[in-house]
Amino acid sequence: MILDWLTEPLQHPFNQRAILAALLIGLTNGYASAFVVLKKSALKVGSLSHALLPGIAVAVWVAGLHEWSAFLGALFAALFIGLGSLAVSRSSRLDQDSSLAILYTAAFSGGIILLRRLRVTQQIDEWLFGNIMGLRDGDLWTTFWISCAALSLLTALHRPLLMTLFDAEVAATLGVPVRALNYLLLAVLIVVLIASLQAVGCMLALGLLVTPAATIYLLTDSTNALFWGGSLLGGLASAAAVIIGWHLNLEQGPTIVLVLGSVFLVAFLFSPKYGLLKKPPDFHS
Amino acid sequence: MPTSSHDSCAHCGHHHELTVENLSVRYPEGLALDGISFATSCGSCVALIGPNGAGKSTLLKAIAGLQPIAAGKIFWRGTLVAKWSREIAYLPQRENVDWQFPITVRGVVSMGRYPQAGWWRPFSNSDADAIEHALAAMGLLDLQHRQISALSGGQQQRVFLARALAQEAHVLLLDEPFSGLDHPAKTALAQTLRDLTKEGRLVLAAHHDLDTVREIYDQALLLRRKCLAFGPVGDVFTGALLEQTFAQPSTAGKELA
Repeated sequence: MILDWLTEPLQHPFNQRAILAALLIGLTNGYASAFVVLKKSALKVGSLSHALLPGIAVAVWVAGLHEWSAFLGALFAALFIGLGSLAVSRSSRLDQDSSLAILYTAAFSGGIILLRRLRVTQQIDEWLFGNIMGLRDGDLWTTFWISCAALSLLTALHRPLLMTLFDAEVAATLGVPVRALNYLLLAVLIVVLIASLQAVGCMLALGLLVTPAATIYLLTDSTNALFWGGSLLGGLASAAAVIIGWHLNLEQGPTIVLVLGSVFLVAFLFSPKYGLLKKPPDFHS
Repeated sequence: MPTSSHDSCAHCGHHHELTVENLSVRYPEGLALDGISFATSCGSCVALIGPNGAGKSTLLKAIAGLQPIAAGKIFWRGTLVAKWSREIAYLPQRENVDWQFPITVRGVVSMGRYPQAGWWRPFSNSDADAIEHALAAMGLLDLQHRQISALSGGQQQRVFLARALAQEAHVLLLDEPFSGLDHPAKTALAQTLRDLTKEGRLVLAAHHDLDTVREIYDQALLLRRKCLAFGPVGDVFTGALLEQTFAQPSTAGKELA
């Protein structure tokens, strides 16, 4: 019965692609989310995810819509907004968060206005909230390669990255190239964000890039569990959400983020160690 | 100098000098350190003493290679300290550390082997030995799998010392290591620092509890943006000099707190 419920959607090729993509994107985002949580930079990453939209709009406007134009446009926009906010904060009294907020909302507004006036087949909703059912084989391969590259880079640099996140100054005194790693990590996060656009869109991408590891963070003190548990949770929850969405006729993008949010709520309430409803601490021990 | 037993030294029995020449550090607000010069060597325990904003942390960071230098030079064993050195370990203030970070005691101590192990190579047997030694020396073997927030203040300080030992550092730079510790933990840490000094390491610590300086340290540097005095604790730690260091119209403290 449950097996039928799980296998029935798999009979349609567009579902197979969507589930596979959700698994890949969830896995990569879940792994990367551990870095976002440890770096405590969720809001910054959220701003950058919004900055992707105007990049796509400009790229489509200038070069027309194909797989790589949207990708490159998004990449340049994120870099432009990220570095731009740094430049504004350094050359004025404003801090970087304020500068970032001004730049990304302005760019996002421009992107919305531009996208509405372009004749593209994709609906604006798909950029905002994702359309994983509309995935083509080519998109799946792009997602696959981005996932492979991001995961192998992050695992290869795991040790120095963790040292940088734990204590950047101590890491520097041990010869870790702290500044370069910070830039690299941000670049990888941006690429991972772009890869998740197809699934959840730029409005919801942040949920996929924070919630998995944040949930595991409430359950464990082990770094390895945080990374691999985060990716497992991200992958499984995303794939499950696609199946649930298909059965209940819900939009898949929001369903993915909603499923992750529900799992987080359970961990938040019932985590044996850090949950809200945990047993009161035993003062005798 | 009697031969020292510390095994991390390549030339046991030699005098390893740390020399700071005319060191200045500039912040946007002004000079944080102004022409600091002093020289000390392996087997000494040096207190940096001065009011808030006197530049104690800045001096430690400069020696650790974390602070861009406006003028002056730092030599360790006759070699210019350019950026970072495996032989110099920096221990931040406990308040500045994210103790919720999901990492175990052993994980923190293992970080000391990064210069040897590099980006991704698994730890070798000699790395594992060094980590094990460091944990044992600091009495942390039983606690090695604990998450670091589940430790007392004294234990947390020992985790950092163990990381420095795993790193095989000769010079230990400690920023206010005693702050926030209870009395037994302070006594224990003082003994640990004495032991490390006896092994031939050079300990430099920013210190604010004037009552305990004589028990712990051999040398003191009175700092208030400039080096007001440096030498054996007995010579430097006098009423007149201390008064000068902590005198009230503390412009240094106000500008750079």
